[in-house]
Amino acid sequence: MRYIPNTPPTRQAMLQDIGLSKLDDLFNIIPQDIRYTSSLQIPEGKSEYRLLQELEAKAAQNYSQNHFLGAGAYKRYIPTAIAPLVSRAEFLTSYTPYQPELCQGSLMAMFEFQSLLSSLTGMDVANASMYEGASAMAEAVLMAKRIYPQGKIVLYSQGLHPEYIQTMETYTLFQDIEFIPISLDKTGKTDLAALKQAVTKETLCSITPMINFNGVIEDYHLHADLLEGTKAVSIAVLTDMSSLGIIEAPGKFGFDIFVGEGQSLGLPLSYGGPYLGIFACKQAYIRRMPGRIVGKAKDVDGNDAFCLILATREQHIRREKATSNICSNQTLCAIWVTVYLSLLGKLGLQKLARLNMANATYLKKQCKTIQGISLRYGDSSFYNEFVIECKNKLAQAILNVMLQDNIIGGVALSRFDSNDTNAILVSVTEVNSKEEMDKFVLSLQKAVA
Amino acid sequence: MENKAIQSQGKQGLILEEPFLFEQSLPDSIGVVLPESEVDEIDIESALPSALIRKDIPQFPMLSEQQVVRHFTRLSTWNYSVDGGFYPLGSCTMKYNPKLNEVVANMSGFADIHPYLPDEKVQGILSILWDLEQYLQEISGLDAVSLQPAAGSHGELLGILLMRNYHKQNGDSHRNTILVTASAHGTNPSSAAMGGYKVKSLPILSNGLTNLQALQESMTEEIAGLMITNPSTCGLFEADIVAICKIVHEKGGLVYFDGANMNALLGKARPGDMGADILHFNTHKTFATPHGGGGPGAGPIAVVAKLKPYLPTPHIVKTNESFKLEYNVDQSIGKVRSFYGNIGVLLRAYTYIRTLGASGLEEVAENAVLNARYLAHKLQDTFHMPFTTPCMHEVLLTDEKQTEQGITTMDIAKALLDEGFHPPTVYFPLVVKAAMLIEPTETESKQTIDLFIAALHKIIKQDHNVLASLPTKTKVKRVDEVSASRTPCYTWYC
Repeated sequence: MRYIPNTPPTRQAMLQDIGLSKLDDLFNIIPQDIRYTSSLQIPEGKSEYRLLQELEAKAAQNYSQNHFLGAGAYKRYIPTAIAPLVSRAEFLTSYTPYQPELCQGSLMAMFEFQSLLSSLTGMDVANASMYEGASAMAEAVLMAKRIYPQGKIVLYSQGLHPEYIQTMETYTLFQDIEFIPISLDKTGKTDLAALKQAVTKETLCSITPMINFNGVIEDYHLHADLLEGTKAVSIAVLTDMSSLGIIEAPGKFGFDIFVGEGQSLGLPLSYGGPYLGIFACKQAYIRRMPGRIVGKAKDVDGNDAFCLILATREQHIRREKATSNICSNQTLCAIWVTVYLSLLGKLGLQKLARLNMANATYLKKQCKTIQGISLRYGDSSFYNEFVIECKNKLAQAILNVMLQDNIIGGVALSRFDSNDTNAILVSVTEVNSKEEMDKFVLSLQKAVA
Repeated sequence: MENKAIQSQGKQGLILEEPFLFEQSLPDSIGVVLPESEVDEIDIESALPSALIRKDIPQFPMLSEQQVVRHFTRLSTWNYSVDGGFYPLGSCTMKYNPKLNEVVANMSGFADIHPYLPDEKVQGILSILWDLEQYLQEISGLDAVSLQPAAGSHGELLGILLMRNYHKQNGDSHRNTILVTASAHGTNPSSAAMGGYKVKSLPILSNGLTNLQALQESMTEEIAGLMITNPSTCGLFEADIVAICKIVHEKGGLVYFDGANMNALLGKARPGDMGADILHFNTHKTFATPHGGGGPGAGPIAVVAKLKPYLPTPHIVKTNESFKLEYNVDQSIGKVRSFYGNIGVLLRAYTYIRTLGASGLEEVAENAVLNARYLAHKLQDTFHMPFTTPCMHEVLLTDEKQTEQGITTMDIAKALLDEGFHPPTVYFPLVVKAAMLIEPTETESKQTIDLFIAALHKIIKQDHNVLASLPTKTKVKRVDEVSASRTPCYTWYC
C-alpha cells in the first residue's frame, strides 16, 4: 500500500525486535471471539488512475452550473488565488495549535479572521469558528442559558431558516427550555409588536434573522431595544454575510450575540458542507462563549506571539463543565474566508453587496411582469432573495418544467412546509448574468402559461 | 547504508516577519475583479431604510492580490505540518493525508453543487454517500450510519441525544446519568452534559483497564449508558469489553463507543461485535482527511438497528438504482445541523477507503500497531511506562524516571521542537501524571521512528536548565499562555 513506507522486510525486522513472528500476532491481545476473521465487504483498492476515472464520471452526474438556489447556501464567485494558498500543506496538514511555537501561521491567520469578522459584524469579539450556521445558533441559545440561567423561553422569529429552528430544537430537546415562535406580519417582517408583548421575565433570549428566510430585510435595528429592562439575551442571525457590505452591522444595534453562516463568504457549496459557523458576542460575555479563541501573547523573550486563550472554558480542560463540547472546528474554512475577505477588502465587499442587490432587483422586477406570478412581500426591502407565488400551479410543477430548460429556478417552499405549495424562493448572486436571468424569465413564463 | 534522514533535525532558516493585513492596507486597493453585470446599478437610498444603510466597514483592509498571496504564504511557513515532518500526537492520528483525496473533493462536480438541488441532479454524490454509509457499517459492525455530524464531538452529542431519546421512548426517562471512563477525552463528559445528563467518572484499574467491579456497582437504574474508548486513550485494548457491554446492557443501558482510536482496529475487530450500540468515527483520524489546523472534520456515527429510526433527517434511501433524500421519518430526532454533513470531508474519506480497499485497511491497522509496539519496545528501558499490557496503536509514557534530574514532560515536549519533531500529546490522559502519549501511525517509516527515539534519548541527557530554555529554533520561544488569557487580546485593534 503506497501510503505505508515500511517494506515487508522492514516490518519483519521490527516484528522480530519485539519478539513476534507475524503481523497478526500484534492483535493477540484482542480476545479471539471478537476478532474479525473474515474480510471486510469493501471493494478491493483501486489504482489512482482508475479511481479518478470512476470519480470523474460520478462528479459529472452532478449539476454544477449556475442556478437560482439559495436558502442558506450561496453560489459565490471564488477568486482563484484562494485555493492554492489554503491548500498549502502547512495550513492543510497541521493540527489544532496546542503547541503554539509550531503553528504561529495558523494562529495569526485565525487572529486575523477574528479581527475581520469583528470589524464586519461590529461585534466586540468573534471566536475562531463553529461548525456551521444552524448549530452555531443552537449554541447561542445554550450560551444565553449560561448568561441568564433563570430564563426559560426562547422567542424566535418564524422568519428564521427552518433547518436552523429544527437544529435548535434538537440541541435543546432535554434542556429546560421552551419555545414561542413569533410570526411574520403582512410585510413579511417579524411582528415586533407581538414580540414585545411576548417578552417576560422568563424570556431567555430572542432570536431574529437580519434578512429572513423569505429574503426580507428585517427591522433588526429595533430588535434588541425591545428586550430593554429584561435579562433576556438578544441574538441576531444572518445566512448571507455578503450583505454586510451594504446593510448596517448588527453590533451597531446592541445585539448580545451574532451568529452567521460563513459559507456565504466565498466557500464552495460542496453539497452542504464543510461550511463555517460565525459566532460573535459582546466583550462582557467572552468567558461564556463556546469554541476556540486566539489571542495575542508574548514569548519568554517578550516577542509578539499568538496562542489559544481562555482554554479553561473548553472541554479538554473543563470536561462536563465546559461551555461546549466543540473540539474540531472549521479552522481551514475560516482561513479560506480570511483570504477571501482580504482579497475583496472593504471596496470589494461593498461592490459585491451592491451587485447582488442589483442582480436580484432586476430579476424580481422581471418576475413581477409575468402573468400568473405574484411576489410575496414584494414591497419590502430585500437583498438577493425573494419569493414568487403562482396561484394556479404547484411550485414543484413549475420548477420541473423549468428543469427541462436546464434551469434550476429556486427552492420550492413546500420542501419546508407542506402547506406552502405555491411558493418558490429565488436567489440571485453576483454569478448570475443578465442572460441567465432573461432565460429564467422566459422559462418561468412558459411554465406558468 | 548511512541514514541520511539524520540530517532532518531542526535547523534555523530564514524566518520572515509579516505585519497584519490591516497594517498593509492601501486606500482604494482591491484584490479581485467581480463578475461584470449588465443590469442597472442599485439606488441604495431608495432600496433600504436609511437606518440600515451601511456607510463604512471600519478598519477593514484594502489590498492587492499580490499582497494577499505573499501574506498568507509567509504565514504558512510558520507552521509545522504532517507533510513536513513527524507529528506523533497520541489519539489524534496525524497520518499522511493523500493528495488524491484533495483532488477529488475539489472537482467541480462535487465542490460546486448546491444542497437543495433536486435529487435527480445529484445522483453521483448521493451514490457515493450511500456507499460510504455501507462501508462504515461494515467497518463498525453496526446497522445504520448517519454522515451528518461535523466532527467527532458533534457525533458524540448526536449519539447522546439518540440515547436519551431511546430511553424516553421506552418510558425510561428517569435515567439521568452517563458513566464515562476516567481516561476518556474531554469531549465525552462534555457531550453528555450538553445532552442534559449528569456525568459519573468510572475509575480504571492499576493495569489501565476499566474496573469491572466499579462498573457493576455504578450500573444502577439511573444510568443511561457508558461512554468508552477502545482502544483506550492509554493505548490499551479493553480485553473485557464484551463483559463490560453485557453489564451495561443487562441494566438497560446503552454503550457509546468513542471511535477516536479506530485506526488500530480496521478489519481486525469491530465495535458492533463487541456490544457497542453507538460509535462515532473521526474521519480526520481514521480515514486520513486533513486536520486543517483544527478542522473541518467529519464525525459520522454508526448505530444498532433499534436506533436507526431516530437518526437525523434526511436519510439517504436507495430505490432500484437511484437515490433520494427521505425527510419523512416519523421517529427522527430532527436535525443537528443544516443540510447533510461535511460532504467535502466525507468525499476524502470515501476516496481513501476506495484506494485502500478491504486489505489496505487491514494493513493500516497492522502497521499502526507495529510502529507503536516497536516504539514502546525501544523506549521501555528509558521511560516509565505506567502500564505493562502491550499497547495497540499508541504508547503512553510519563516523566517519572526523569523527574530526579528535574526534567519534565513539558521540557521534553518543547525540546523536541528544536529536534525537528512535533511533540506527542502531553498531560493527557489525565489518569497518569505528566503523560506523553505517542502515536506514530502507519505512515511513518522505521527510520523516522528511530530518529525520534534517538532525539528523546539525546534530550533526557541534557541539563534541565538548558531544556527549560528550549525551544530556540522556532519562530517564537515558549509562549506565555497564562498571561495571554489573563488580559485577553483577540483582535488587531485591542
